[in-house]
Amino acid sequence: MKHLDLSRRDFLSLASVGGVAFASALTGCARAAPAAPAVPGPPPSPPPLPSEDFFFLQLSDTHVGYRGDANPEAATTLDRAIGRINGLETKPDFVVFTGDLTQTTDDPAERRARMARFGESVARLGVKDVRFLPGEHDASLDAGTAFREAFGPTRWAFDHRGIHFVALDNVSDKAGALGKPQLDWLAADLARTPAETPVVVFTHRPLFDLYPSWEWATRDGADALAILDRRSQVTVFYGHIHQAHHHVTGRVRHHAGRSLVFPLPAPGSVPKKAPVPWDPSTPFAGLGSRLVETRGDDYPLLELPVERSSG
Amino acid sequence: MTPVRFVRRALAFFAAALSACTTPRDATTAETVVRVQARRFEFSPARIRVRASVPTTLELASLDVVHGFSIPELGVRAELVSGHPARVRVLSDRPGELAFHCDVFCGDGHEDMAGVVEVTP
Repeated sequence: MKHLDLSRRDFLSLASVGGVAFASALTGCARAAPAAPAVPGPPPSPPPLPSEDFFFLQLSDTHVGYRGDANPEAATTLDRAIGRINGLETKPDFVVFTGDLTQTTDDPAERRARMARFGESVARLGVKDVRFLPGEHDASLDAGTAFREAFGPTRWAFDHRGIHFVALDNVSDKAGALGKPQLDWLAADLARTPAETPVVVFTHRPLFDLYPSWEWATRDGADALAILDRRSQVTVFYGHIHQAHHHVTGRVRHHAGRSLVFPLPAPGSVPKKAPVPWDPSTPFAGLGSRLVETRGDDYPLLELPVERSSG
Repeated sequence: MTPVRFVRRALAFFAAALSACTTPRDATTAETVVRVQARRFEFSPARIRVRASVPTTLELASLDVVHGFSIPELGVRAELVSGHPARVRVLSDRPGELAFHCDVFCGDGHEDMAGVVEVTP
């Protein structure tokens, strides 16, 4: 695996296999650009580039088992995305799936079968370190039982190259809450983490009230944000809303990733939440995964669309 | 009692009786009570009419699994467990429409389980 010390140009060229996507300026979303100096002088020093820069990949909302008009190619979409990822010149350090791996079903056996099918596809990823979070489709009807059998704990934390990563489960409670035990666990976990260590949080549902009428919120997300906001460098990556979205609450940056089944409309943009209809002239439009570069506490993003020819 | 007053009282009585037939009233609070049933994946009625500035109690009952009832705009919510009706109070001073939805994931079709409170002048 290459050690990364990449310029933005290098970063963009990473995805040159199969066509370049667009880069979301994460820094621009979270921070104001430095003001021009009032008097001529030397430009401000660039932020330090840590030697531990690396990439990870976020995939979300694959909904294996979905059948519907919103994606007649649903059975192949995840495999197409994996093909695209396997074509990258530089491999990410790890891959994280931020929930809704499978489409929900009342049948526990079918739920496990869908998780097995998902696992078979993911096994073809050319990355060894793959991590999973549940979405409500995976975990809400059985409080996460099948998910834990297939993929392990629904919340976890680890350190990697100077960043502390935390996964929170806001779906095993079918009301979409984290619950006090998990909030206590989060507070204790962060208390053990040095204050200067950047923290990256993975969740399925947004922790802030993005659009509660569409259940784009977490019942007790404000309690989690109160804990996270005590730190200076916290970034949340989540799924659930089937589109890229960027937001800041207090000192916490939030980034939703695209889905791999169908896009959903922008928050509140239509009276009723429903999948964006499949357009045969632009198949897979709005679907994709995301490469995240870590640069200290900055995380430039590169969206990787699903392409007709990939897979 | 004069004939005119008698007729007025009679009309008022019949109007109240008619209202009671179409819109139950809670004996203790005198508020309008609307009964709402929840089942996968619908509310019945899915369109609830209330009057602006008139407190209305919604009596909510699940007929199957656990559901939620949430009107985010009013900060109103309840958890609906079969066999245990829940009550929430709705009061809005502005005519218009307020969306409500089930906020407890109840299966494939949960996203469609929603309705509207129509607030009339």
